[in-house]
Amino acid sequence: MTEQIDKALEREYEAGFVSDVESETFEPGLNEDIIRRISTMKGEPEWMLEARLKAFNTWLEMEEPDWALVDYAKIDFQAISYYSAPKSMKDKPKSLDEVDPELLRTYEKLGIPLVEQQMLAGVAVDAVFDSVSVVTTFREKLEEAGVIFCPISEAVHAYPELVKQYLGSVVPTKDNYYAALNAAVFTDGSFVYIPKGTRCPMELSTYFRINEQNTGQFERTLIVADEGSYVSYLEGCTAPQRDENQLHAAVVELVALDDAEIKYSTVQNWYPGDENGKGGIYNFVTKRGICHTNAKISWTQVETGSAVTWKYPSCILKGDNSIGEFYSVALTRGAQQADTGTKMIHLGKNTRSTIISKGISAGRSNNSYRGLVRMNSCADGARNFTQCDSLLIGDQCGAHTFPYVESRNPSAIVEHEATTSKVSDEQMFLCQQRGLDPEKAVSMIVNGFCKEVFKELPMEFAVEAGKLLEISLEGSVG
Amino acid sequence: MSNKEALLTIADLHASVEEKNILQGLDLEIKPGEVHAIMGPNGAGKSTMGYVLSGRDGYEVQKGTAVLDGVDILELEPEERAHAGLFLAFQYPVEIPGVSNLEFLKAAVDAQRNARGEEAISASDFLKEAKAACKQVNLPVSFLKRGVNEGFSGGEKKRNEIMQMLLLKPKLCILDETDSGLDIDALQVVAEGVNSQRAPDRSFVVVTHYQRLLDYIKPDFVHVLADGKIVKSGDASLALELEAQGYSWLQSSKEDVNA
Ligand SMILES: Nc1ncnc2c1ncn2[C@@H]1O[C@H](COP(=O)(O)OP(=O)(O)OP(=O)(O)O)[C@@H](O)[C@H]1O
Ligand SMILES: [Mg+2]
Repeated sequence: MTEQIDKALEREYEAGFVSDVESETFEPGLNEDIIRRISTMKGEPEWMLEARLKAFNTWLEMEEPDWALVDYAKIDFQAISYYSAPKSMKDKPKSLDEVDPELLRTYEKLGIPLVEQQMLAGVAVDAVFDSVSVVTTFREKLEEAGVIFCPISEAVHAYPELVKQYLGSVVPTKDNYYAALNAAVFTDGSFVYIPKGTRCPMELSTYFRINEQNTGQFERTLIVADEGSYVSYLEGCTAPQRDENQLHAAVVELVALDDAEIKYSTVQNWYPGDENGKGGIYNFVTKRGICHTNAKISWTQVETGSAVTWKYPSCILKGDNSIGEFYSVALTRGAQQADTGTKMIHLGKNTRSTIISKGISAGRSNNSYRGLVRMNSCADGARNFTQCDSLLIGDQCGAHTFPYVESRNPSAIVEHEATTSKVSDEQMFLCQQRGLDPEKAVSMIVNGFCKEVFKELPMEFAVEAGKLLEISLEGSVG
Repeated sequence: MSNKEALLTIADLHASVEEKNILQGLDLEIKPGEVHAIMGPNGAGKSTMGYVLSGRDGYEVQKGTAVLDGVDILELEPEERAHAGLFLAFQYPVEIPGVSNLEFLKAAVDAQRNARGEEAISASDFLKEAKAACKQVNLPVSFLKRGVNEGFSGGEKKRNEIMQMLLLKPKLCILDETDSGLDIDALQVVAEGVNSQRAPDRSFVVVTHYQRLLDYIKPDFVHVLADGKIVKSGDASLALELEAQGYSWLQSSKEDVNA
């Protein structure tokens, strides 16, 4: 049975194609000159360049972290190219008609049509291709509501005050090794601002695509929800199938001011490498949000891709009564490794956090949950509930849980539950006896296991996430 | 009845699990519309028979055949045997957390329809059927929303097995101790569930330790399975005899046969 399931898990990576676009790509290497050139390519103001150079010098003095339960060959940062953009993007197309059709085709193939007639109603998309944003849809409609949704490279020019105020305010440059690197070399990503008391009229979504070989993608996303506002944001990611590892080191910062709510969902499907661990994306990501009084931030992630994932979307619950949530499904198979979880830092009174983590391991993969719940001394009446469930498929994979709790307030309550289960032969047999083929059986059992997390995703994407798992598990039982 | 073609013919079936021989020359013939009760001591191989027929992993067939409707099912995948009309109500139903009963059952019904070249059933039609089936086995409709057997009591799990049978409408149902652990009312519910499905083209194998069930489901034949084969067959009165005398008198007669 185990063998059957393993076979079922050998799946095709559907997003593994390469787009034939001519790109302008920097030669590999990382130094001050490269950073100056990135800044020039983006036509940045002096203050931005200075911030980059400062971050670069900080990074040079830092050490690559090695505490996560992941094992990979040392990254040669000089062998990576830090900028790549389709040549056609050079003269900044003003409308969709001016965008290279090959780029539009790429997104269409990925199920993200950008052409007006076919766009998903109710979802605005910012499409980032290697180091640049290709197009952002529904901008006018959003502007009517006062919502700003644009590439961050553009926000630097158009909204310098907002960017200066908030960029790096949640994830400071020196926070960690990859955050510092990102601050030095970030190329594109999305910027969102929701004005006071505004409910964003549509879902916002950024789709990241790595196409060029040997390049890293360093995305930077900043979302600011002003007082009493609400936004739901989704990010998706894919990359071609290549034998070399590629680095994706993103930083995402969320700011939820008083009474605001941000719902941030990720469906991460970077190329995971082949069965033997050759190729695939290194996904080293820092995501953090800060909640002011009565604010709420909810992270939902479905992680099925990447060779190595190192990611801990976190909440700083600064304001009283603020709420942080983390719902995660992480599926690893083949030789994938994931070390993911969250940090909930309770500073304000009566702050609440919920963590639901579902790890699914198959093949020879390793899947770890790493979470920190910190109750600071002033967090009177704060509460956390954590539930970590692991599902093992087969007997060669690993699941690990590292929950850290630091409580400095006796009135704070921290609850933790953990379970480990297997897709059992009995469950498989029941499904088959009732007429289901083994693939359908595995995907149904896994979907059931993830139910609590999927119900947190926006409707359109819950279906997509379910399908993604299904594809991931396709051919897994022979 | 006796000149009809058999629905299921098991001939000289030998099977093992974990290298241990369990079935050792099992013969059984079931014609359409018949109800066969199978009794026998613990560990005799009754559940094993159900698993071998339905193709559970780990159960190795050494010898023999099992022909359902003209097809030797021992060569088929478990789901193909289900598509061929075989249904097993489990002695110990397993839980599938998070997968709702409704979702599970619709997927199962659709898989079987698909195998027959039919279209998937519409969600509203299926819901109607599922609600009716719930009612028939006396489970609240809310059970359709709950995870498959998740947190169900022993008796509820057994009733849920019958509900699945009602919806899948199999040709051959093997009920493995569906009566054990049931209260008296539930026993009747299960029996009525089976009786409502009795039809000229449908057959049942009822594995039980208690003659009481057979007061409600009248069997055409009663067999005793011991040491991996049928050691005695008779009509409904055999069950009464067994209730009174136990199995020891049969074990000794078996030694006579072997001698
Ligand atoms: N996986 C297994 N490994 C080893 N032995 C097994 C396994 N499964 C079944 N057996 C053995 O096979 C024999 C027959 O078991 P089976 O469950 O078919 O009996 P049964 O007639 O259904 O008994 P009961 O009336 O108690 O349900 C028993 O001795 C049992 O211990
Ligand atoms: Mg048994």
